[in-house]
Amino acid sequence: MLETFRTAGEAIRSHRMRSILTMLGILIGIAAVILTVGLGKGAQQQVRDEINKLGSNLLIVSPGSTTTSGIRGGRGSASTLTMSDAVTLSNAAVAPDIKQVAPVASSSLSVVAGNTNWTTNVVGTTVDWLTVRARNVAQGRFITQDDVDQGRQVMVIGSTVSSELFGQRSPVGQTVTVSGNTFSIIGVLDTIGSSTTADEDDQAVIPQTSYASRISTSANRSSITTMYIEATSQSSLSAAYQEATNALTTSHGVTATNRDFSISSQQSLLTTATSTDQTLTVLLAGVAGISLLVGGLGVMNIMLVSVTERIREIGLRKALGATPSAIRRQFLVEASSLGLSGGILGLTLGIVGAVVLPHFLSQPVLISPFAAAGAVAVALVIGIVAGVYPASRAARLAPIDALRSE
Amino acid sequence: MSAPPRTPILQLIDVRKTYATGHLEVEALAGVSLDVSEGDYVAVMGPSGSGKSTLMHILGCLDSPTSGLYRLAGTDVSTMSEAELAEVRNRRIGFVFQQFNLLPSLAAWRNVELPLIYAGIPRAQRRKLAFASLERVGLADRVEHRPGELSGGQQQRVAVARALVTDPALILADEPTGNLDSRSTEDVLALLSELHDAGRTIVLITHEAEVAAAAARTVRIRDGLVDTGELTGRAVSSG
Ligand SMILES: Nc1ncnc2c1ncn2[C@@H]1O[C@H](COP(=O)(O)OP(=O)(O)OP(=O)(O)O)[C@@H](O)[C@H]1O
Ligand SMILES: [Mg+2]
Repeated sequence: MLETFRTAGEAIRSHRMRSILTMLGILIGIAAVILTVGLGKGAQQQVRDEINKLGSNLLIVSPGSTTTSGIRGGRGSASTLTMSDAVTLSNAAVAPDIKQVAPVASSSLSVVAGNTNWTTNVVGTTVDWLTVRARNVAQGRFITQDDVDQGRQVMVIGSTVSSELFGQRSPVGQTVTVSGNTFSIIGVLDTIGSSTTADEDDQAVIPQTSYASRISTSANRSSITTMYIEATSQSSLSAAYQEATNALTTSHGVTATNRDFSISSQQSLLTTATSTDQTLTVLLAGVAGISLLVGGLGVMNIMLVSVTERIREIGLRKALGATPSAIRRQFLVEASSLGLSGGILGLTLGIVGAVVLPHFLSQPVLISPFAAAGAVAVALVIGIVAGVYPASRAARLAPIDALRSE
Repeated sequence: MSAPPRTPILQLIDVRKTYATGHLEVEALAGVSLDVSEGDYVAVMGPSGSGKSTLMHILGCLDSPTSGLYRLAGTDVSTMSEAELAEVRNRRIGFVFQQFNLLPSLAAWRNVELPLIYAGIPRAQRRKLAFASLERVGLADRVEHRPGELSGGQQQRVAVARALVTDPALILADEPTGNLDSRSTEDVLALLSELHDAGRTIVLITHEAEVAAAAARTVRIRDGLVDTGELTGRAVSSG
């Protein structure tokens, strides 16, 4: 047995170029599968993260176009949604499946700090906004119920606003002016990047009461632009949707045909995401399959050629007393050591690629152990079968026929 | 050299070998019958293409006859299993190919040790035996050379060394001196005579009368048939 390993090792070393090519074929096949699957998985994860950024179990109530409200969302026109709607929906008796409501009134305004100014989305809301939108505070603190009750002129800013106005300096404790009103910065939100709808880091959050009294230009100062509703759980999302629709329809005195609001849920986004996910999965399986097929065919080719080249050698070894099983063993050891080293190198390259690639692509690469194991297994099996099958066929020939083969 | 007739170690009875290339059939052996007794030294002569190598391959269990019977030490070769055949080729026969058939990637001594690997002999001993065998054919200073780094005659002697390394009872050599000068030819012939004297059975193919003269007897082959007028080698050389 030791002898078989020595013979195989020699054959591999003495045909260096061919051995390198064989290993390269396996290596590239495996690395390609790991990286394509990894890139796809990364993209999938990205889509999922994007959706989670919007907050979990989220319903979004927007003012609807009504026959009376004029241009929707237009500055100065009254929105059909008001703070009282938020109060209504917060009532557990009315909507038991709604956990929290975050009313939001917002407009794009210039925020001035010293001689720097930055136009951002100024958001008036309540304390629940933070949890409903699944955000965190990176520095300082978020607005409190007390801030809202007292109508304090405090502000929590996003990281983009912070760097635009204060650069590297800590913004907490600084003051800014918005529409002539001074606000103290009490906190900075965590950085989450852009969602599908907006740059979530480019906003400034103030208490809803301060917004209504200082900022709002609306005819009805308690009007709001959006309400974010968090359902008690993922499964109660549709119940919450139903409760919110019914409660608002009743309180606005409208009917199902002329509702002056609309509620969108993550459901629609999730459906899109799920189908994107499925498309990606199918695409991935396809790409991985093709990589494996190409890699496998490459390995098979080189193995077949290498064995065909060596039929004379097989004939000679038989003439000198090798049994067919000794020949088979030699080629089995050769093919599997080539396959194993190619496999290990391919795995290494794939993993290194998965670590390095994200730095250049701004795309995460997730290694799927299943795809990696599958790729190695398939390459090994193909390599071994393609290496051993023709050898064992040649080993059944009369030695002289093998010796005379081209 | 008129030893009493012993049991034939090689016995061919009406052996035929037909090669089919496309729609053309070549009858390389057209019914050869031949007995070689143990300890015999036979030279096979004949024109090119007469079927000498074909005969030798069948004797060496490297090929099988299309029809006819071949008994090796009394056993019908066609009834032997692959494993038995491998053992016969490995332990009992030393074969020198007309085209040498050395593995180009291995050094001379590694080529010579090949049969010993399949005989299950440990590495250190293989090396010793291979070196000794190469020394016998005068290549002690070429043991580490690869076939590509050797002359045709040197390659031929490596092939002879490989056939002798297992000390087989039966030596089958297809023109073992074809590429050698008269000096090396004499050396190889002396080696074969020595083995013959030690009781080995030798069958060799040659075109040269002086090589055939070294053998105990000569078998002539023409168009796949043994020439009936058999002459002994000694008789030819002395006549
Ligand atoms: N594999 C083969 N396929 C077809 N024909 C073959 C094959 N091997 C040999 N022959 C034919 O069989 C005949 C005998 O060939 P063989 O090699 O035995 O001749 P030989 O006596 O050894 O000749 P030489 O002295 O030139 O070596 C030749 O006519 C040759 O063409
Ligand atoms: Mg010949």
